[in-house]
Amino acid sequence: MNVLSLVFFGFSALAALLGALGVVLAHNPIRSAMGLLLAIAGVTAMFIGLDAHFLAAIELIVYAGAVVILFVFVIMLIGPDATPPHDSKVLFTRTMAAVVFGVFALVTGFFMLRAGGGLHQLPPFRPDFGTIDSFGRELFTRGLVPFELTTALFVVAVVGALAVARGRHRSDSPAEVAKEQAP
Amino acid sequence: MIPVEYYLVVAGVMFGIGAIGFLLRRNLLVQLMCVELLLNSVNLTLVAFNRMRPDDHNGQMFAFFVIAVAAAEAAVGLAIGLAIYRLTRSVRSDEADLLKN
Repeated sequence: MNVLSLVFFGFSALAALLGALGVVLAHNPIRSAMGLLLAIAGVTAMFIGLDAHFLAAIELIVYAGAVVILFVFVIMLIGPDATPPHDSKVLFTRTMAAVVFGVFALVTGFFMLRAGGGLHQLPPFRPDFGTIDSFGRELFTRGLVPFELTTALFVVAVVGALAVARGRHRSDSPAEVAKEQAP
Repeated sequence: MIPVEYYLVVAGVMFGIGAIGFLLRRNLLVQLMCVELLLNSVNLTLVAFNRMRPDDHNGQMFAFFVIAVAAAEAAVGLAIGLAIYRLTRSVRSDEADLLKN
């Protein structure tokens, strides 16, 4: 059991990290999207390892089913322009930002290792943890208000996405319409 | 069982890869994907910490709302990317300098 869960964790972590590397390193955005898919699969597997079964399902449906498909749609819509020619000019400020971030991450990791305290084992499995029943009960009692407010967020997001992606045409504004019809 | 630190290390490395990718890449679409990576790694820490204290589902609930916000963010971000592409015929984020000067 222990070895099996360790192997499961190893594969899922490997998938997540390889997918993340694929997103960053791939030149073609389609391959980046496939890397994102692999990373999401790894994260979903780790959610299952953490007994968050409902969240694992949601993650797979929302990310693999909706977000990645949306990315692929947009990449296909843009076509070959989605892969701009790779110019060798790397902006110095951007490189410095990445280096500084990496250095701070390493320093943080070093201090976390030095703090010690040993490894913390997960508490024993509880059958009422992470299932749709128990999670849904809590979501619809204590989390009801933010859950309902999410719908408002989605309405705003949909209207905003439509307004931005449609763009502004000349004939949209009443003044332009009047000007076009005048002569 | 697996110690919680393993999950935190994976999440931290994933966050680092995503953040450095966001800073280095200039393709708008890839940068948005890196943001998704960041949100995913944060979700992983939330769920891992929630597993350490299985009395309630606070962390999982928070991760649920993060997923909802991430989906909305991807939709709006891709719409902005499309608008920028229609304007400049390019998806490079450093060519979007409408607010410059």
